[in-house]
Amino acid sequence: MSTPSETSRATPRETTEGPVYTVTGGDWDEIAAAAAKSDDERIIVNMGPQHPSTHGVLRLILEIDGETVTEARCGIGYLHTGIEKNLEYRTWTQGTTFVTRMDYLTPFFNETAYCLAVEKLLGITDDVPDRASVIRVLLMELNRLSSHLVCIATGGMELGATTIMIYGFRDRELILDIYELITGLRMNHAYVRPGGLAQDLPPGAVDQVRAFVKKMQKNMAEYDKLATGNPVFKARMEGIGYLDLAGCMATGATGPLVRSAGLPHDLRKAQPYCGYETYDFEVPTADTCDAYGRFLIRLEEMRQSLRIVEQCLDRLEPGPVMVADKKIAWPAQLALGPDGLGNSLDHIKKIMGTSMEALIHHFKLVTEGFRVPPGEVYTAVESPKGELGVHAVSDGGTRPYRVHFRDPSFTNLQAMAAMCEGGQVADVIVAVASIDPVMGGVDR
Amino acid sequence: MSEPTNPPNPDAPDEAVPAQRADTGEVIGTRRGMFGANNGGDTSGYGGLVRTVRLPGASTRPYGGPDGAEGAGVFDEIADELEGALDEQGLVPENVLDKTVVDRGEITFHVQREYLPVVARTLRDDPALRFELCTGVSGVHYPDDKGRELHAVYHLRSITHNRLIRLEVTAPDADPHVPSTVDIYPTNDWHERETYDFFGLIFDGHPALTRIMMPDDWQGFPQRKDYPLGGIPVEYKGAQIPAPDQRRSYT
Repeated sequence: MSTPSETSRATPRETTEGPVYTVTGGDWDEIAAAAAKSDDERIIVNMGPQHPSTHGVLRLILEIDGETVTEARCGIGYLHTGIEKNLEYRTWTQGTTFVTRMDYLTPFFNETAYCLAVEKLLGITDDVPDRASVIRVLLMELNRLSSHLVCIATGGMELGATTIMIYGFRDRELILDIYELITGLRMNHAYVRPGGLAQDLPPGAVDQVRAFVKKMQKNMAEYDKLATGNPVFKARMEGIGYLDLAGCMATGATGPLVRSAGLPHDLRKAQPYCGYETYDFEVPTADTCDAYGRFLIRLEEMRQSLRIVEQCLDRLEPGPVMVADKKIAWPAQLALGPDGLGNSLDHIKKIMGTSMEALIHHFKLVTEGFRVPPGEVYTAVESPKGELGVHAVSDGGTRPYRVHFRDPSFTNLQAMAAMCEGGQVADVIVAVASIDPVMGGVDR
Repeated sequence: MSEPTNPPNPDAPDEAVPAQRADTGEVIGTRRGMFGANNGGDTSGYGGLVRTVRLPGASTRPYGGPDGAEGAGVFDEIADELEGALDEQGLVPENVLDKTVVDRGEITFHVQREYLPVVARTLRDDPALRFELCTGVSGVHYPDDKGRELHAVYHLRSITHNRLIRLEVTAPDADPHVPSTVDIYPTNDWHERETYDFFGLIFDGHPALTRIMMPDDWQGFPQRKDYPLGGIPVEYKGAQIPAPDQRRSYT
């Protein structure tokens, strides 16, 4: 390689609008000469960032030789929204509204991981009411189902299996209906709050979840019938996206990736949170290290999630869903009005009509927020994609000093090159789908 | 404005005086006034209040364990093994480790930055430690912590022993260099690029330290505290709502 000529470098020029770069070019002759000297068959293909089978705005840069991928790299950052920076300008409670939008297929995991971090900083982890923890687990396991359903559905669609796509989204819709009933929204819930939950389950929610579990248990068999033994499906998945345990450890891959390599590593068992140690469930593994193994693991995890959801429903006891500390719990019980969910009329009557102190308290807590003692913590939950970690730092103020999310999609995506190089172009899609990256989480 | 000093009241009984706060922690800033309003007047009458913000300070043995129980625990085992393993390599643990902080059931080893690779390798390879999974790098910027402005924070998980620890290294703003750990934990490839992208921390020895989230020609490092959030004012019913970082706020 010759050194690029000076003229090819973009030089900045200061203007009133900020620095302006002038790209002069001029090294095209060098590039053309280098390309002419090299192998004619060497082609670099940009797959994405606008490509239907790259799960959002993921850009895959593939160097191909015929149909074989000789080198693969990822370009990310197209969906960077600066959520971590934004969190530093909002109160600790407002943070849930941001983090729920990171990995938009696993909102309850983002919220719970963040709230567990805030609660640990506050030292109130043990004060969170049981009912709040049970509902958190319930929603997280429903969320694991809906996330895996999207993974299986879109993964199938990318192989041309549109039936499994329809089935997956059909069943996910049932879960989204439950979310809508409980939180008011299909996604971006901001339902889990530091100290507990925004509000209790509405009437009818338990019955609807029970009906869903019953229906879903019946539907699970359809995925087996459609895909598990399907020779075409197997031929596309088996041996594809190979990543063994050493590869997983080196690239930091967690979740179904590490479990498909035979290691039953699951934070719900290893470092339980929200009372997971009291639930009865199994951690499925495979020893094939490939996309098919990950598919089977996801199917089995969905069955286990249904088991956990049933256990949650059985142990739901009436009680509070927010810590008793009035310096942390928001003062109002929300109520459904003609214009949607809002402060209850009784509460407004009280603070506007009878209690000035309650009004001041409400105002201070909502506008200023609560203070969190200085320090830093790391909490992690087992999201459907792997270890979702939160590193939260407080300087003793009413806003986060720094919150960093260790998103499993971000880390797992690094394994893409190891999975794809040496394989066929068509298998890149299968390998990426088996990682199940969500760019909202990768780029944040 | 000078800091108000209150002479201690000799008549007050001992238990009436609030306990002195520990002054061992790392000072990361000062907070003025009662409510920390950073623009607009403080009408509370506590405008002269000045408080120092400190992170939890160094801990002394025994460190205990994640459950916070009294006496020696898992954290002491980890510290003993680490110090022993460093000793075996001819290193003096006191030179390698700045301090050890145990707070909220988590242990943090503050490592001198030049020793980060050897500490990470020891933690990964020593059979009694075996921290085989690194969950990435997180940067933190403390502009008021002179000489230690930039922190890089690593969380290491041992699946073998089911343990979690934190490593923290610092670098001054004037010399933002930290050794790379990519050859020990390849997973840190993207994490170090991300931390470089957002904080300008340069990881020496990283194979390709380029921006990962922001465009390649971006100016500045967005997650630093002196980098504004930006945003445009929003008009609502005729009133101008300022951008989030321009609003009156409490810290």
